[in-house]
Amino acid sequence: MIYLIGDKLIMDNNPVLLHVEKVSKAFPGVQALDKVNLTVQKGSVHALVGENGAGKSTLMKCIFGIYHADEGLMELEGNPVNFTDPKQALDHGITMVHQELNQVSRLRVMDNIWLGRFPMKNGIVIDEKKVLEDTKKIFKDLEININPLLKVEKLSVSDRQMIEIAKASSYNAKIIVMDEPTSSLSEKEVAHLFKVIRKLKEKGCGIIYISHKLEEIFSIADEVSVMRDGKMISTKNIEDINIDNVITLMVGRKLDNRFPKKTNTPGDVLLEIKNMALVYSPLVKDISFTLRKGEILGISGLEGSMRTQIVEGIFGYRTRESGKIFVNGKECRNNSPETSIKNKFALLTEERKNNGIFPGMSVKDNISISNLEKYCKLGVINDEKVNKDVSQVIKSLNVKTPSDKVMIRNLSGGNQQKVIFGRWMLTSPDILLLDEPTRGIDVGAKYEIYQLIIELANEGKGIIMISSEMPELLGVSNRILVMSNGQIAGIVNTEETNQEEILRLAAKYL
Amino acid sequence: MVELTKEDIEKKRKHRVIKNRLMNNAIYIVLFVLIVIITLVDPTFLSINNFKFIFTQASTRMILALGVSGIIVLAGCDLAIGRFVGLSAVVSASMMQALDNPNIIFPGLDLPVFIPILLVVLLCGLISMIDGIIVTKLSVTAFIATLGMSMILYGATSTYYEKVCGAAPIGSLRTSFTSFAQGDFFGVPNLIIYATIIIAIMWFIWNKTRLGRNLFAIGNNVEAAKVSGVNITKTIIIIYLIAGFLYGFAGALEVGRTGSATNNMGNGYELDAIAACVVGGVSLMGGVGNIFGIVVGVIIFQVINYGLVYISVSPYLLYIIKGAIVILAVAIDAQKYVTRK
Repeated sequence: MIYLIGDKLIMDNNPVLLHVEKVSKAFPGVQALDKVNLTVQKGSVHALVGENGAGKSTLMKCIFGIYHADEGLMELEGNPVNFTDPKQALDHGITMVHQELNQVSRLRVMDNIWLGRFPMKNGIVIDEKKVLEDTKKIFKDLEININPLLKVEKLSVSDRQMIEIAKASSYNAKIIVMDEPTSSLSEKEVAHLFKVIRKLKEKGCGIIYISHKLEEIFSIADEVSVMRDGKMISTKNIEDINIDNVITLMVGRKLDNRFPKKTNTPGDVLLEIKNMALVYSPLVKDISFTLRKGEILGISGLEGSMRTQIVEGIFGYRTRESGKIFVNGKECRNNSPETSIKNKFALLTEERKNNGIFPGMSVKDNISISNLEKYCKLGVINDEKVNKDVSQVIKSLNVKTPSDKVMIRNLSGGNQQKVIFGRWMLTSPDILLLDEPTRGIDVGAKYEIYQLIIELANEGKGIIMISSEMPELLGVSNRILVMSNGQIAGIVNTEETNQEEILRLAAKYL
Repeated sequence: MVELTKEDIEKKRKHRVIKNRLMNNAIYIVLFVLIVIITLVDPTFLSINNFKFIFTQASTRMILALGVSGIIVLAGCDLAIGRFVGLSAVVSASMMQALDNPNIIFPGLDLPVFIPILLVVLLCGLISMIDGIIVTKLSVTAFIATLGMSMILYGATSTYYEKVCGAAPIGSLRTSFTSFAQGDFFGVPNLIIYATIIIAIMWFIWNKTRLGRNLFAIGNNVEAAKVSGVNITKTIIIIYLIAGFLYGFAGALEVGRTGSATNNMGNGYELDAIAACVVGGVSLMGGVGNIFGIVVGVIIFQVINYGLVYISVSPYLLYIIKGAIVILAVAIDAQKYVTRK
């Protein structure tokens, strides 16, 4: 047991809400946190950035009482505290909006907010009226417009995020930790989120804002702290720093450019989709477009615009109602992922956890799973061939793993993504369907993935890349297809377009 | 008040490592402790003959456990195992009675021993495959599909037993059949040899074939397996097929070993087989397990069955001990998968 003591105070105009000093935490084989300091002021947004594995999440979990720090002090409003479990942290007004939403989707919105602490009538039944009123009040305060009586499963990701934030604030939160709150929000939804964050600021909350999206940080944060390799590198007022400085601090080296140079030149038509519609996503209709060899076609669109459904339909992971797929002029029946892979397609899915990784299997198995046919004779795997290819993938994609026998769940998100990329490299596809290929990945790894995508295009492969990050689409793609409510709102040349045009198109069929 | 020193942290870390190592090898430790306790009570327990008995008796159960293990890796279970054994036993026995038996069911039926065995192996394989088809094509959970199948099988076996076999235990089996199970090869009981071969085959399938890799992929994450081009339906059906083969074979061995069959034979075997897998570290959540764990799991149960009777522990107490070990094993195993914090 570690006790926290100390009477340190940092005087400023803003009173200090939370002060953490010299917190360390070691896991077997890694020093996840090394004497980290952090100070959060009242009524401010404190951004916390760093590459994956820099220690941001570990630090938050230590503050929140999920992990126990090996050493260090923590003070809340000048009083030393030491939480042994999240409940205590919540009771002290420290709340967290997790990256993965932990909601009971079958329950109603208001039930989710008050779960575990329902106001009771006579100590027996839940006081439904109070639940509803309290929920409405919080929503009104934060200008959230959601019906508290709807079931959570009926809501969009962004609405669910709002509920989490409302829930956080309902604990009379002093500190709200937001871990990648915008990773699945469209730009419009991000704007709403920021409005809510500003409301919370006015109420005197301190917000710790973790994000990989640096543009965002510069539009919402007051202070920014950069972590690297478990150490706190620097804390600056937002006015005193710019994006390039932050990136340099994060990666510990200078990244001249966030995007590699586009060296690919689109050639002949490789893929043609004609009038595709999906059975179980009836909003998707009349999808027709072409993709050229060596071309990177970006797909943009708001949350719910059915971007994912399109690539999954092409890959045969979703059932198509109608439509034809032509590759090099010849018709392709991608009726299942299995046949699509044979037809030289690859699909990198959006939700790594749901349908990307096999968490309990080794890195090696995760890399080789789609290509087993090529290693097999009469169903028996030739281990030598597998090992050779796997070690080549690990080397060429720079996957950071102690060995190929480590379970993939022990790798960071960026490295998991590289492993799945590697899986698809081995099947040597001609057409790569990449759904949010850089989601939840740090800047350095992102750059490597962009580079890889451009290299693949250089080799003459056709690439379709869905992304919610506008700079990424503008930086990497040749053309951008904009989806709106299940239909194609337009296809624009990246050179000739801008953010405004794309947003306008995205709203075309709403 | 205390800031931990480097040594303290290092000490804590070492404790954790040791604890993990103990956890990971818990079943071996349980087996070892059992043997030590039994030996302390009665030192004559440690003899080659006793272990020969244990392994021989464990053989059919081993084959059944290996059969169901694949289904458990798919996050399913099979409640029909015992009824497969009954079906296989009754059908194979009815065809393998001694020709001089006056009550012979099929007079003059003189088949070489491998034909009825092959027949029940294929029959059980086919029926189990139907389970696989029900699970994949009709989206019925394995629990329900196999529960239903166990009733159907019991009904079918009993009907055959009543109408064809005259509702009397099928005994006086031909020696070629009994010696197939009871015989030995240079002193090594045939049953042990069969079990060993099947252990080897299953190890090979799980570790060296595409089928094995796909099996674990599906058990780990069905959706990811779909996207990765794994043929889910085919893989699952083949796993059920293999399970059925093994049930059928085990049933034939069981009747050969005991010398007679009734329609109730095999009743309750499914729970032993599933329990042995679970004790051996196959997770009911799917995607986790290895062959040697299952082998040890089966042996633990047999050591309890045989060894504790050997030192005169009451058979009722045996059930209590077995039950406690199942729970304990799963509890220890579960610790590996709870999120470490």
